[in-house]
Amino acid sequence: MVELASADIAPALKILDEMGRPGRGDTIPILQRLQETYGYLPREVVFEVSRITGIPASQFFGVATFYEQFHFEPRGRHLVRCCRGTACHVRGGLKVITAAEKALGIKEQETTEDRLFTLETVACLGTCALAPVVVIDDTYHGQMTPSRVDRALRRIIQEES
Amino acid sequence: MGRLASISAFEEWQVGLKAGLDPSRKLITICGGTGCTAFGARQVREAFEEAIAQRGVGGQVGVKVTGCHGFCEKGPVLVILPEEIFYPSVKAKDAPEILDRTVLGGEVIERLLYVDPATGARVVYNPDVPFYAKQKRGVFRLNGVIDPVSLEDYIAHGGYGALVKAMTEMTPEQVIEEVRQAGLRGRGGAGFPTGVKWDMCRKAPGGEKYLICNADEGDPGAFMDRSLLEGVPHLVIEGMLIAAYATGASRGFVYVRAEYPIAVRHTYATLKQARERGLLGEGILGTSFSFDIEPRIGAGAFVCGEETALIASLEGQRGMPRPRPPFPVQSGYLGKPTNINNVETFANVPLILAEGGEAYASVGTAGSKGTKIFALAGKVNNTGLVEVPMGATIRQVVFDIGGGIPGGKSFKAVQMGGPSGGCVPAEFLDLPIDYDSLKQVGAIMGSGGLIVLDEETCMVELARYFLEFTQNESCGKCTPCRVGTKQMLAILERMTNGQGRPGDVEELERLGRTVKATSLCGLGQTAPNPALSTIRYFREEYDAHVLRHECPAGVCRSMLHYVIDPEHCVGCELCTKACPTHGISGELKEVHVIDQSRCIHCGGCRDACRSGAVKGVSLAEMEAFMERLATMEPAKTWRSEKKAKGERAKAKG
Repeated sequence: MVELASADIAPALKILDEMGRPGRGDTIPILQRLQETYGYLPREVVFEVSRITGIPASQFFGVATFYEQFHFEPRGRHLVRCCRGTACHVRGGLKVITAAEKALGIKEQETTEDRLFTLETVACLGTCALAPVVVIDDTYHGQMTPSRVDRALRRIIQEES
Repeated sequence: MGRLASISAFEEWQVGLKAGLDPSRKLITICGGTGCTAFGARQVREAFEEAIAQRGVGGQVGVKVTGCHGFCEKGPVLVILPEEIFYPSVKAKDAPEILDRTVLGGEVIERLLYVDPATGARVVYNPDVPFYAKQKRGVFRLNGVIDPVSLEDYIAHGGYGALVKAMTEMTPEQVIEEVRQAGLRGRGGAGFPTGVKWDMCRKAPGGEKYLICNADEGDPGAFMDRSLLEGVPHLVIEGMLIAAYATGASRGFVYVRAEYPIAVRHTYATLKQARERGLLGEGILGTSFSFDIEPRIGAGAFVCGEETALIASLEGQRGMPRPRPPFPVQSGYLGKPTNINNVETFANVPLILAEGGEAYASVGTAGSKGTKIFALAGKVNNTGLVEVPMGATIRQVVFDIGGGIPGGKSFKAVQMGGPSGGCVPAEFLDLPIDYDSLKQVGAIMGSGGLIVLDEETCMVELARYFLEFTQNESCGKCTPCRVGTKQMLAILERMTNGQGRPGDVEELERLGRTVKATSLCGLGQTAPNPALSTIRYFREEYDAHVLRHECPAGVCRSMLHYVIDPEHCVGCELCTKACPTHGISGELKEVHVIDQSRCIHCGGCRDACRSGAVKGVSLAEMEAFMERLATMEPAKTWRSEKKAKGERAKAKG
């Protein structure tokens, strides 16, 4: 038996209810909606959803670990996404990513200990005209340089403290 | 008004909508694509709406947010109708002035006009801008004209006319024949003839059939599918409906990337509208033809662009490909015949039916018909989306439309087809772009990403970048791709770190050929292309890395030796502060010197320098430089700099 932790299961039940009778083919949409609601995928909730739907937990975890979108840890309050597409790369995107890592003290795909920032890299945001691009909380910052990304992040750190 | 119960009800509605169009109406159209939005298009729109409300001219002047105009470099772009006056890079604070002087006053504001960098001339009207003037816009013709999420606007501009034509005048076989005659080939990469695929799907045994629109545009540097779903989502849906009619599919999916929030939103909105009007769902326009589409959001896996992996993903599995045959048209989603086409392919279909296959095929080359949209990016002046006839040359796209290379640098190559493609060097600038000619030179059409590279791009490092990408995205199912790309990447990393060994290039080629020949799916079969094509055309650059441990383009840090040019150094101390080993000496306002024995080749000084004085050079160049520096008197070099500064100040004064 799986122990139920304190994570609230009610929102998950509501999602399953809205989706009708989801089957195995709906694994990804279920996970997407869970993550949308919880901000990440709490393990206990996934197990509970597996029990209710009859979709094996192994399928949920197998799928969730395959795709980049899903994560099992809570994310930082601010999401910083650096583009590593080709256009960004040839215009110096790597230096920008390194500068962001340095400013936050974490590596890509990591979250700071105070849960303030999560740093992600994205294959391509399709805004190559703005290369190199960094998206901070849905705001696009174009033509970034190491010093500009450093300044932008430090401003948020300052505002938060 | 609810569902359209019959074809005649649709036609009646269409006549009304067309009559409602007022071509003389004053309209401010603002691009609402991702690029322009990132540049602040929303703020511009709000400023216009506020200004219009203040002046109480809402009855005379309209504001319309359209899809992507394509000229992303100059966002937010604005076109004022009916005159088609073009203002690029508009700021919110310009809005009141544009409204008063141009829209209401009929006067052109010189200062805001586009300046053609080639001639220095100001361009007033949208069609005269060289970026647009040299394109041939078919698929894109409504992008930037209509409101993307208005079904009415689309129908008023002839939308869904091709679908009605197919349903009323043609049998499914005739539709397939028309598409076959048009010579349409898949725009997603491989270039398989669309008509043939449809025919196979139609003839496949089995009652239930599926249709999938592949909008999982994963190639870094390609963004035309995003733009089409953002700007003309109804065009894509109409193409899918026609395909469903032709193939006999009853259910469909649009599989769109999560990284494209506007495209996702517009897809949902469009499907809802079409369903409400009876253009989608049970008994379309009162006929016996039924078809419905479900949107699905990709969860972030490049390999899902491969059709069998995409199907696995739709079925709720890990997105891993499976061997073909059987092809999806024989056994696809849930084992049923499934027809998968790319967004741009579907967007071409209504055009073919509207103008006829023969007319469509009159554009293009022998083996490639119609137009193709390219995403132009990298080291080029006019980044954006470009639609040209198949067979246009690389020179036309990069120089005539793209405006050439910025900063007076020289053209080195174009990278075509993303991680599956290759680099086409300068000697092929006049190569007509089509499926077959690109294949011959070792590149592929791919989805149409076209990244321009200049002299400052290191081809070995670029190959490393792509291999890192494909290695990262390899799903791990088959060994050649999982292990082979890892080995190739290891060699390339060695080369770019200055530890290349003689024979590495040959080893890379051998591995590349094996991975190509033995991988399960398109990802692995094409992953070596970036390495193989750069070896083919830039062998001397590889040799420099491997044999002499030099990076001619000055990119690979560990092989560079840094020197400070006393002619350019202003003595600002930025580099001394940046150096982690405290290896740079020199007081404020004096020329700085790097102690080569302490240099760890991190390049921090070059990144920090704002006057371009720090240069990365080869070992031999560095030694020659140090010798020359030793013969110079430090004070003298500094004085000459100060003198030059004084003279500059005098000239200014």
